Amino acid sequence: MNEDLFRVLLVNLATGKGRVELIPGRSTAIGGSGLAALLFAAYGDPGRPWHDADQPFILAVGPLTGLFPLMSKTVSAFKSPYHNQYTESHAGGRSALALRFAGYDALVLQGRAVTLSCLNIGASHLELKEAGFMAGMNALAAGKVMRRMFKGNSGHRSMLRIGQSGEIGSAMACINVDTYRHFGRLGGGAVLGNKNIKGIVIQGDSTYPLPENKDYPVLFKKVHEMVTATDMLRKYHNLGTPANLESLNELQSLPWRNLQQTADSQIEGITGERFADDTLLRNGACSGCPVGCIHIGYVRERFEEKDNRYLYRQVAYDYEPIFAVGSMLGVTKAFDVLRILDILEKVCLDAMSAGVALAWATEATDRGFLSAKETLVPLKFGDAESYMTAAMHLGTGENEFYRVLGQGTLAAANSYGGADFACVLGQEMAGYATGEVFFAAQALGFRHSHLDTGGYSYDQEHKEKDVDAAVSFLLADEPDRCLLTSMVSCLFARSVYSKEMLAECLKVTGYPELASNLEVLGEKIRRHRWQMRFATGFNPDEITLPKRFYKVSTWKGPIDAAYLDTLKREYGRRIRQLVEKEV
Amino acid sequence: MKILTTPHMDRCIGCHSCSLACARLINKRFSWEAAGIRIESSGGLSSGFLAKRCLACEPAPCVAACPTGSLKQRPGGGVTISRKLCIRCGECVAVCPVDAIAVDAAGDIYVCLHCGRCVDFCPHDCLAMGSAEKQNMEVEL
Repeated sequence: MNEDLFRVLLVNLATGKGRVELIPGRSTAIGGSGLAALLFAAYGDPGRPWHDADQPFILAVGPLTGLFPLMSKTVSAFKSPYHNQYTESHAGGRSALALRFAGYDALVLQGRAVTLSCLNIGASHLELKEAGFMAGMNALAAGKVMRRMFKGNSGHRSMLRIGQSGEIGSAMACINVDTYRHFGRLGGGAVLGNKNIKGIVIQGDSTYPLPENKDYPVLFKKVHEMVTATDMLRKYHNLGTPANLESLNELQSLPWRNLQQTADSQIEGITGERFADDTLLRNGACSGCPVGCIHIGYVRERFEEKDNRYLYRQVAYDYEPIFAVGSMLGVTKAFDVLRILDILEKVCLDAMSAGVALAWATEATDRGFLSAKETLVPLKFGDAESYMTAAMHLGTGENEFYRVLGQGTLAAANSYGGADFACVLGQEMAGYATGEVFFAAQALGFRHSHLDTGGYSYDQEHKEKDVDAAVSFLLADEPDRCLLTSMVSCLFARSVYSKEMLAECLKVTGYPELASNLEVLGEKIRRHRWQMRFATGFNPDEITLPKRFYKVSTWKGPIDAAYLDTLKREYGRRIRQLVEKEV
Repeated sequence: MKILTTPHMDRCIGCHSCSLACARLINKRFSWEAAGIRIESSGGLSSGFLAKRCLACEPAPCVAACPTGSLKQRPGGGVTISRKLCIRCGECVAVCPVDAIAVDAAGDIYVCLHCGRCVDFCPHDCLAMGSAEKQNMEVEL
C-alpha cells in the first residue's frame, strides 16, 4: 500500500465481472476525496446525466485508514441526482476498515445490473447476486436479509443498502451503512437504485504487513491517548452533537418551524440532555474509532390496546436529524423525534433533507399552496403522527406531489409555489441559522454541507461585517478539511489531526513524500474537486437564496441583506478563481 | 498467572481498538483479524458485540492437537506459541471449542497469549486481566 499506486476494484455491474487496476497518483491525490476526484475524472463523463448507466459510483479510503484512531471514514462520490453535478458524501460505520482490509483503496461501480442485485466483495471474492425478491424492501429489513444471504465475517464486514426511496430515484435517498450510519446527502441511494444495486457487502477478510518501524506504535499510542484520555473529543461521546441544540437555541440560531423562528422555549423537550436522560440506550462506534460518538436511542410502542404487548426499536440520533425533524417541524418531544427518524431510516431518506422538505410543505399548506389533496395527510407543525405518515409517503413516492418533493424542496416549490420560504442553501439547509457567513458558505459549499468549512463557527465568533475577512476565512479553511477527507479522517478529529500531526502519521507509515507536501496537496485536491464540480455544471451565480434567509434574526440582529449578497457574490467569484488559477 | 477476561463486554461499542492493538503490537500485522481477540456483532449492530478470544482452557485441547509442539500449555490457562515450529496444519483451529483461534490465508494462526496489551486500548474498560478461576462467574462474552 505504501506506493504511488492506488489499488482499485472496478466492477462492471452489467456483466458481474470486475478487475483490479493499479492507478498512479497517490503523491498528488492522497486518497479519499482526492482519489475520488481522480477516479471520477478517469471514469465519469461530466456531460452525461447522473442516471446514465456508465456514470461511476465511487467509494474511496485513504492512506491512514485504519492505521490511526478516527481514520474511519469512507468517501462516496457520484454525479448527484439532486443537482446533476459531481459531489461527495461521507460515512463511517465499518465501511472504511472493511474496504481497507479487503485490500482496496477504492471501489468503482460501473454500468447497471440487469436485475436488482446485491454485490459482495472481499480480498479474494467478487459476487453479484440477483436479489429481485428485495424490491420495495426497507433498508433495515434489507440488512437482515443480506446477513442471511452473505454469511460469515460477522463484525468484519460492512453492509450498505438502500430502501424504497433509492429504488424510486428520490434525490434525497441515502445509503444506509451498518444500520446506524449513512452516506446521507445528495442522493447516493438513488445512484445505487439506478444501478439496480440494493446492497453492497464489503468483507474485510485479509491482513497486511505493518509499517516496519518502532515509531508507528509509539505515535499510535500518543494519538489514542489524545482522543481517549483528554477532553478533546469528550463532547462527541458524552451528549454527542445534540449538545448543540440548546446552545444554538440560546444563540437564536436554531431553525424552528421552517425557519420562521430561531429560538423557542420548547427546546427543553429536545435538548441533548433530554435525549440522553430519557432515550439513550447505548453508544456505538465506527470501526477504528475509540470515541464512540454514535448515540442510539429507542422507541417503544404498545401494539395491543388491551394487553401489555410492546415492541421496541433502536434509532440513532444526532444534532442534525433532531434539528430537521424536531425544531424544524415543531416536534418537541424526544420520543416523537425518534419515531419520525425510525420511518426515515426504513425508507432510507436523508433525515436533514426530508425534515426540511416537510417543514416547507407544512408552511406551504398553511399559506394555501398545498392541501391534503397533495400531502394526503394534513401537515401541521408539531403533529408527529402526520409527519410519520408523510415521511413514509416521501420515501415511497406515494403520489406525484411526494415524488416531486423527493427531487428537492425547490423542485416542489417550482411546481406548487412557495419558493420564497424554501429553506434551501444549495440543498436543504443544515441546522445553523447562525448568520450571513454560514448561509453563503452552505449555499456555495462543495458538498453544500456545514462541514465544508467552518462558516457556522465564524458567525458565532464575529459580529463585524468584513466581507474580505469572512471569505478569506472560508477559503483558507477548506484545504485542511480536504486533507482530512483524503486521509480519510472523521472531521470530529480535526483538532487532533493538525497538518503537523498528519505529517508525523504519514512519515511513520511510509509516506514521507506526502508528509512533506501537505500544504500544496490540500490546495490541489480542493481545486481538483471544484474542477469536477464546475465541469459537471456548477455555476455559483445560478445559486439563489430564498427570501426566508433574509428575514432571519440571530444573536447579531436581523440578517443584513446587502452583506449576505456581497458575501455570496464574492465567495462565488473566488471559488471560480480557484478553478482557473494554477496551483 | 492472570488471563485476559472480558467482564464488561456489554459496554462494548465495536471500535475494534483491542483487535487492532493485538495485531499491531503482538502479531505485527495491520488487521482486525490477525489478533487474539476479535470483535463480532451478534446479529447486526443492534444486538451488541461479543469478543472471540481464548478462554484459557487447562488442559487446552489445541495443545493436545498440535502435532509439532508449537502450542504449549501456559501456566494458569491458555497457550504459548512458537511460530517457528508451526507447520500451519490448522489442527488447533479445528479443535478449539469456542472458535478462538484465527487463521489467515497463509495458514498462520492467531491466538490470545493473555499478555494484556489490548486492555489499555479499550475505551470502556470491557477488558481486564483476572484469574481463570473466577472468569466464568464474571464473564460477559
